[in-house]
Amino acid sequence: MNQFLVFVKKEWLHIWRDRRTLFILIWMPVVQILLYGFALTNEVKNSKIAIFDQSRDLSTQAVSEKLAASRYFNLIKNVYSYKEIEATFRQGKIRLAVVFPNNFRNDLLHTNHAQIQLIADASDPNTANTLTNYASSIINDYQQSLTQNEELPYTIKTQVRMLYNPELKGAYNFVPGVMALVLMLVCAMMTSISIVREKEIGTMEVILVSPLKPFRIIIAKTIPYLIVSLLNIATILLLSVFVLDVPIVGSLLLLIGESILFTVTALSLGILISNTAKTQQTAQFTSMMSLFLPTLLFSGFLFPVENMPIPLQVISNIVPAKWYYIIVKSVMIKGLGFSAIWKETLILVGMTAVLLGISIKNFKIRLS
Amino acid sequence: MVQNNKVITAKELTKKFGAFTAVDKISFEVEKGEIFGFLGANGAGKTTAMRMLCGLSLPSSGEATVAGYDVYKENELIKKNIGYMSQKFSLYEDLTIKENIRFYAGIYGLSDEKIKEKTELLVKELHLEGEEKTLVRALPLGWKQKLAFSIAIVHDPAIVFLDEPTGGVDPITRREFWTLIYEAAERGITIFVTTHYMDEAEYCNRVSIMVDGRIDALDSPANLMKTYSAGSMDEVFLQLARKASRSE
Amino acid sequence: MQSIVVENIIKTYRTKKTAVDALKGISFSVDKGEIFGIIGPDGAGKTSLFRILTTLLLADSGKAFVDGFDVVKDYTAIRNRVGYMPGKFSLYQDLSVQENLSFFATIFNTTIEKNYDLIKDIYIQIEPFKDRRAGQLSGGMKQKLALCCALIHKPSVLFLDEPTTGVDAVSRKEFWEMLHRLKLQGITILVSTPYMDEAGLCDKVALIQKGKILSVNSPEGIAADFTKPLWAVRAVEMFPLMKAIKQDPMVESCYPFGQFHHVVFKSAENAKEKLEQIQKNGKYTQFEAHAIKPNIEDCFMALMQE
Repeated sequence: MNQFLVFVKKEWLHIWRDRRTLFILIWMPVVQILLYGFALTNEVKNSKIAIFDQSRDLSTQAVSEKLAASRYFNLIKNVYSYKEIEATFRQGKIRLAVVFPNNFRNDLLHTNHAQIQLIADASDPNTANTLTNYASSIINDYQQSLTQNEELPYTIKTQVRMLYNPELKGAYNFVPGVMALVLMLVCAMMTSISIVREKEIGTMEVILVSPLKPFRIIIAKTIPYLIVSLLNIATILLLSVFVLDVPIVGSLLLLIGESILFTVTALSLGILISNTAKTQQTAQFTSMMSLFLPTLLFSGFLFPVENMPIPLQVISNIVPAKWYYIIVKSVMIKGLGFSAIWKETLILVGMTAVLLGISIKNFKIRLS
Repeated sequence: MVQNNKVITAKELTKKFGAFTAVDKISFEVEKGEIFGFLGANGAGKTTAMRMLCGLSLPSSGEATVAGYDVYKENELIKKNIGYMSQKFSLYEDLTIKENIRFYAGIYGLSDEKIKEKTELLVKELHLEGEEKTLVRALPLGWKQKLAFSIAIVHDPAIVFLDEPTGGVDPITRREFWTLIYEAAERGITIFVTTHYMDEAEYCNRVSIMVDGRIDALDSPANLMKTYSAGSMDEVFLQLARKASRSE
Repeated sequence: MQSIVVENIIKTYRTKKTAVDALKGISFSVDKGEIFGIIGPDGAGKTSLFRILTTLLLADSGKAFVDGFDVVKDYTAIRNRVGYMPGKFSLYQDLSVQENLSFFATIFNTTIEKNYDLIKDIYIQIEPFKDRRAGQLSGGMKQKLALCCALIHKPSVLFLDEPTTGVDAVSRKEFWEMLHRLKLQGITILVSTPYMDEAGLCDKVALIQKGKILSVNSPEGIAADFTKPLWAVRAVEMFPLMKAIKQDPMVESCYPFGQFHHVVFKSAENAKEKLEQIQKNGKYTQFEAHAIKPNIEDCFMALMQE
């Protein structure tokens, strides 16, 4: 046991003395959370809009007010013709125009069917898309409020995405994603690099020749990174609750438990990489290509997996981060309990067991 | 360019790193075509002195010229007129012999014609005919070192600096390497060489031994052995280096 | 008793396209308490041999035993009792001298205090710097620390792979003095080196080149096997002299050795006359020639050419 502890202590000294890396390890999650949470968010605030109201009735006024009052839109102008809309767009003054046809309220109340035209500046398709989504959802909201008082339902659009995120906050998606990303980076990449470094400087040869069991070498090398990861999880959660206003709805204990499980998954991936890599650069590059990128692409936090072609959706299933992302979203944001995520947890446990098995079995008791 | 046949002149050349004096007022001259051995224990200041002479590091004080150029003001001209080879840095392993020659000759601005001529000559001298398209990686270490040396003098420099060129090489190849050095010296190229093999020190026309940043001895190997009443350069070196008070 | 037995070890490194024969059937044995030198240039196969003996690499065929234990089957037993200093071993640069040493002591299940006697002579020289990071030590100091780390668990066999490469003459000499003191403690030492002059410091040596052993013997024995006449020749005009000597058909080889050329003749007859003739045919000043006894390097070069 003493041998083991001394190894962990030595590993800790490496991390502690390499101040630059330590600094990055500690600040990376903070920077990522703040970046994704604020700067890179796809949420659009105070976008300038114009309204062309040809009906000018109670309903159009109500919708207009709702739009103008939302934090996403800022009504800067009422216009009176399509020509004027075009001109305003051209001047770059607005990003979205809302057009109410004649007899809007009449149509709505008597035919149960009314139209609103949303014109967006599609030169930035993403923003245009987001803006029309926001506007539609606000209009939808209004329709629902009407429906409450009437027996016959008016035309309703559903927006599944907003079910658990009524304010459409981007951060709700980013926090779980960043957690997956940071854990992958710290655990997998740092572990693989630190093992390969010992191969490079020749100390691995001496340690292998020592009575220390290879299995213990691995575990001892991973423990300090496990601790750093836990620290990172804590930082991310604190930031998300107190800075981004993303609350932890579900059980904190469950969330932490699942995070530790995912950390172990990442660590075993790191060991697996270190088995094959001969230089620190190879280890770093392999981690980047085989872990970081798939996590970014397939976990679902930047690009919705449902929208991908079927082959990619299939591939996404073997990315552990995808399952962890689902779990964190379910527990942290939807507030669901273990009963809702046992399937995902089981998949993750299975993956971890297989990875850990392979990596420990392959960890060489000899060189090459 | 080179006055009075002196390829290197150093006068009280000094390099300080903060309070630490790595090279302490060394003065010496090296003549054209001479094989000059530059010895010293690890940390005696050899590398620092060599860097200053190669124009890679500015001296703290003192004067020095290399190939007639001033180490303070004309270091770019110095680099053009010297060759350099070390045990660690030699050739690109993933390029062929020909490509390596082409590259190094190219960076010294040799014309295409000249490069072609030089390549043929060099390949012939090293008996590498037919191997031009072999990757350097596939060559035995000894061949690599010989090739690296030939490439280091491909632009006919006034002087070539060799930093432990024969480490780990087998004894026959080591001697073949020295034959190349002799040939280059006969052609008028000055050789400035560091080595850990003391028998190699005896091949030099003159040898300087650095101790604690100073040059403690400078003479022909025969005279040095006489002065220190030693049977070999090894003994001379040990007598001097044992006095050292610092290490790296 | 024999500490190390190596029987016909073969090791080939294969990649998709090429196969490199690192060891082509090596056999030798080392007696207990002996300093045994593996002497050969880079690429001779020294490191592969060391890795096979320290159980880090599997040979393709052949057998090897350390302290009577099989390097394949009983690798854990061997790992518990040997000390190993790999060629490019550079310790943990970011740990201090003391931290490095106590780390290696602990993973070998011991403490610095327990075996302090063994390393005392060496450690005392680096003790003034015990709080300094290993990365800031000089080459000679690092080498001493590495030796302490390899010794700290009182191994019965010590494997030192090129411990003196790149180290200056003074540190090399000190290092060999330390090895001789360790030998007195009954530790068997297998040491490799590319420096031929270090052969004389071993009890026995194996000369190795391109994966083959050229000769195994005591340094004196190796010199005794050299039967051809050997002369040392010199003049002020060294280079022309060598050219002239090499042209003579009676001369087998002529190589520079310090201030002399060592000339090997094909047969014992007329060597002296030959040299006098060469002297007459050229213009040499301070010409000097005398018969000499071969050193290890002469022997190595002669064996290489066979």
